[in-house]
Amino acid sequence: MQSTARRFKQNAHEAMADAPLQKALGNIKHGFIQKRRKAAARLPEFEALRDQAREIKNHTLAHLDFYLERFEQKVVDNGGTVHWCRTAEDARRAILSVCRLVGAKTVTKGKTMIGEEIGINDFLAEHGITPVETDLGEYIIQLRNETPSHIIAPAIHVNKEQVAEAFRKEHTHLEPGRLLDDPPQLLAEARQEMRDKFLAADVGITGANFLIAETGSSVIVTNEGNGDLTQTLPRVHIVLASLEKVVPTLEDASTILRVLARSATGQEFSVYTTFSTGARRADDLDGPEQYHVVLLDNGRSDMIGTEFQEMLRCIRCGACLNHCPVYGAVGGHAYGWVYSGPMGAVLTPSLIGIGEAGHLPNASSFCGRCEEVCPMRIPLPKMMRHWREREFERQIRPTVARTGLRLWAFMVRRPWLYRRLTGFAVHMLASWAHGGARLQRLPMAKGWTAYREFPVPEGSTFVDQWRAHQRQILEEELA
Amino acid sequence: MTTRGEIFARIRAGIGRDDALDDEKARELIDRLESPKRNLVPARSDLDRTRLVDLFVSMAEEAAATVQRVSHAGAIPRAVVSYLARHNLPMRVTMAPDSSLDRIPWKLEPMLALRQGKADPADEVSLTAAFAGIAESGTLMVISGAHHPSTLNLLPDSHMVVLHENQIVGAYEDGWDLLRRAQGDGEKRLPRTVLFVTGPSRSADIEQTIQMGAHGPRRLHILLVADYVGQGRQAS
Amino acid sequence: MADEKPNVALFATCLVDLFRPTVGFAAARLLEDAGCEVSVPHVQTCCGQPAYNNGDRKDTRRIAAKVIKAFAGYDYVVAPSGSCAAMIRRHYPELFKDDPKRAEAAQDLADRTYELVSFITDVRGRRAVVARHDGSCTYHDSCSGLRELGVREQPRTLLRSVFGLDLHELPDSDVCCGFGGTFCVKYPEISNRMVEEKVKNVQETGAEMLLAGDLGCLMNIWGKLRRDGVDIQVRHVAEVLAGMLDRPPIGEIKPKRDVPSWPPASASVQD
Ligand code: SF4
Repeated sequence: MQSTARRFKQNAHEAMADAPLQKALGNIKHGFIQKRRKAAARLPEFEALRDQAREIKNHTLAHLDFYLERFEQKVVDNGGTVHWCRTAEDARRAILSVCRLVGAKTVTKGKTMIGEEIGINDFLAEHGITPVETDLGEYIIQLRNETPSHIIAPAIHVNKEQVAEAFRKEHTHLEPGRLLDDPPQLLAEARQEMRDKFLAADVGITGANFLIAETGSSVIVTNEGNGDLTQTLPRVHIVLASLEKVVPTLEDASTILRVLARSATGQEFSVYTTFSTGARRADDLDGPEQYHVVLLDNGRSDMIGTEFQEMLRCIRCGACLNHCPVYGAVGGHAYGWVYSGPMGAVLTPSLIGIGEAGHLPNASSFCGRCEEVCPMRIPLPKMMRHWREREFERQIRPTVARTGLRLWAFMVRRPWLYRRLTGFAVHMLASWAHGGARLQRLPMAKGWTAYREFPVPEGSTFVDQWRAHQRQILEEELA
Repeated sequence: MTTRGEIFARIRAGIGRDDALDDEKARELIDRLESPKRNLVPARSDLDRTRLVDLFVSMAEEAAATVQRVSHAGAIPRAVVSYLARHNLPMRVTMAPDSSLDRIPWKLEPMLALRQGKADPADEVSLTAAFAGIAESGTLMVISGAHHPSTLNLLPDSHMVVLHENQIVGAYEDGWDLLRRAQGDGEKRLPRTVLFVTGPSRSADIEQTIQMGAHGPRRLHILLVADYVGQGRQAS
Repeated sequence: MADEKPNVALFATCLVDLFRPTVGFAAARLLEDAGCEVSVPHVQTCCGQPAYNNGDRKDTRRIAAKVIKAFAGYDYVVAPSGSCAAMIRRHYPELFKDDPKRAEAAQDLADRTYELVSFITDVRGRRAVVARHDGSCTYHDSCSGLRELGVREQPRTLLRSVFGLDLHELPDSDVCCGFGGTFCVKYPEISNRMVEEKVKNVQETGAEMLLAGDLGCLMNIWGKLRRDGVDIQVRHVAEVLAGMLDRPPIGEIKPKRDVPSWPPASASVQD
């Protein structure tokens, strides 16, 4: 997928002027956030489970090679195939060759963020294979030729009028005058349309929330059931997953699942949690004939052993997006690539480079709400700061900002100089204000005064006033 | 170097280890996989049988499933027919070829047309057995196999499930233990799918408003039977 | 440290030092009332957050080393800011984790450093203050204090003890106001959207006065309220707790000193 992360500020500006988007973002507060809070409060062990979830993933990442080997072995024992892919291109090729092998014409897809990451839809289409998204939200944005704006609610930015418009444009074989005013009508139409596509597809591609080393299973979690239809009806099931999805045992997955649904949607458990192990068995009446796992690295192995390793614990629950005030202001598309919000601000630079995605880890007030809710206790602000450090070291930031910062740091380390300069600053600000208490414009702080008044210092600095005050007390005592 | 080899080399470089694990460490990790230990299991489902069943029912209902409690298997045909009538559904049901369902005295309801097999896209109602019920979240644990085509859980608009009270366990981990035990030493593989179903299908993708029946069933109706027959009833 | 009167260094923080000395005096009064001997080391400047949060780790370490030296020898170091206290408590030790000797000194300072209000309650054991304010207030939880130091109930407890004060809970009081240090000037448009939300919530409470424990947030919210022409007073929570309401609220003080009239063309004035 083409990144527009460099245009973050412009993207954000446009997003903040987009009324339907702003309305949708406003709904998050009373939806996801409240539901998560209730679900977490209801389970006394929730915080302890978060600790354990973190430990499970830490343990796995510390022995990732071992667990991946075991997973692969089990998949092979079960009659499946693992395709190792270093790059997005490798993964696209692997998927295409499987599709070609069975002469696939259409491919249904469960929701997969990795699919977005490698741009699989466009690639398949270029090669004459029609990809069909089956998650309702993904389907909507596919019709609108958009990318997801939220990792668990891809069409969160679209309102129902826009959905109706997209359906009318696409479903031209249906009665043009039909009613499409309500969400239920829209859902019914999508369901009907999708049914035929499910049945016609030759290959089904799903993502994976987990891969289980113990059993060689892949796990998907959905509320719609689209993922299950995607992997059950076609002849071939391709699991597209990145390599950090592996966990050791069914028990480990169960523990993390307990925090996943609660953090994501505030549900006790998602509607469908499916552990898939290989292709259909000799006496099964349904299910795919082939089971492939396309295992993608795409920069992740390089994160191991670095200050960004902890990001590989992420289970894509979306809680950090929902609770992020920056995401809440600008939505997902502003981030310019597949992943958005705090997790995107950390992950995207790892995957497409800090030069391209430099804005993302900078556009945070470090309020820490993401880390507070992250079920995997990923220290997101800390890692954003690490990106800023890398940027600073590599001098990617604008020179003016760097120089200003260094000058300021120079002064801060020299209290005598600092006292003089702050004294002077007090003086200057007061002079600019002509004896008033506030400034409406300030040349060095346009970013501030474009939207806010700037207060004029009360008088001399506190340290100076305190010194004077102490002297006065002393004099009074002496007198 | 193969792609696979390259990936492993990079992972190991990151971990700071040149080669695969030494034998001792590997043994330890293999043990961790072969005799899986439970992590923290919430105390919520640590209850006596009656209250466990009640918890299952209330959690399932909270997830928008409907639960009908019947005293014995002989009452199931009546319950099915009245459910279909109540929802204006045809008296036609596609049933899983599961021996535990065969034993239900269906003849008591001659109006009911039963077909056994995998789901056909035109089917409106399916009836299956479940492997277990998980009380902590009101979840059905369903396994695929010759006796349970997985399409039956997904394609029809209404899904009915027969579950016996003594199939209800507390936590997911109890479900896994039950499955491992039911498989015994013969079959090492898990069934093709182990599906945990918590309520009927839904989507909130249009304006964050929840609507039922997105792709899977719009209705999930659990027939909860009070009689006693051994655990792990769904053929596995 | 077991003696009756702990020797407390007041770390005013750079914003209070420069913009609002009133907060420094209020903090000193609160500390004295809580039985502390207060000093204000003259060599204090800034905790280094601007450098730290902009990726300049080297300068941050240098600044931190200075701060560690400046506050050596005091029983406690107290700052009227959750964010500066958290910088020292949570981040200084981490800065020196590759240098055991300095790490030890950093940890030592971290262990002695507190945010003002939580110091009064948690360390000095005070559950009430002697102060009066006939009016309604609402309280914004500044992010660092709340999430890095667990400051939440402490200010509310003390505020409830202020005679006559009517405390209205602020909806979404735990959501960032959009200040974020240099964030507010690096991404002003987004910061503005965040403070707009905050101001909306503040107005919703119907309170006459907004309080918080960090001057950065207060200046930001005050700036937005005034720009929107909303007449809600803004003060640091310490001012109310110390009973220092005789001084005008934030942004209402006209500097007394005569200043040379040197108006740059771009600066304009308002009372
Ligand atoms: S970073 Fe944490 S909160 Fe964000 S999506 Fe990943 S697991 Fe969820």
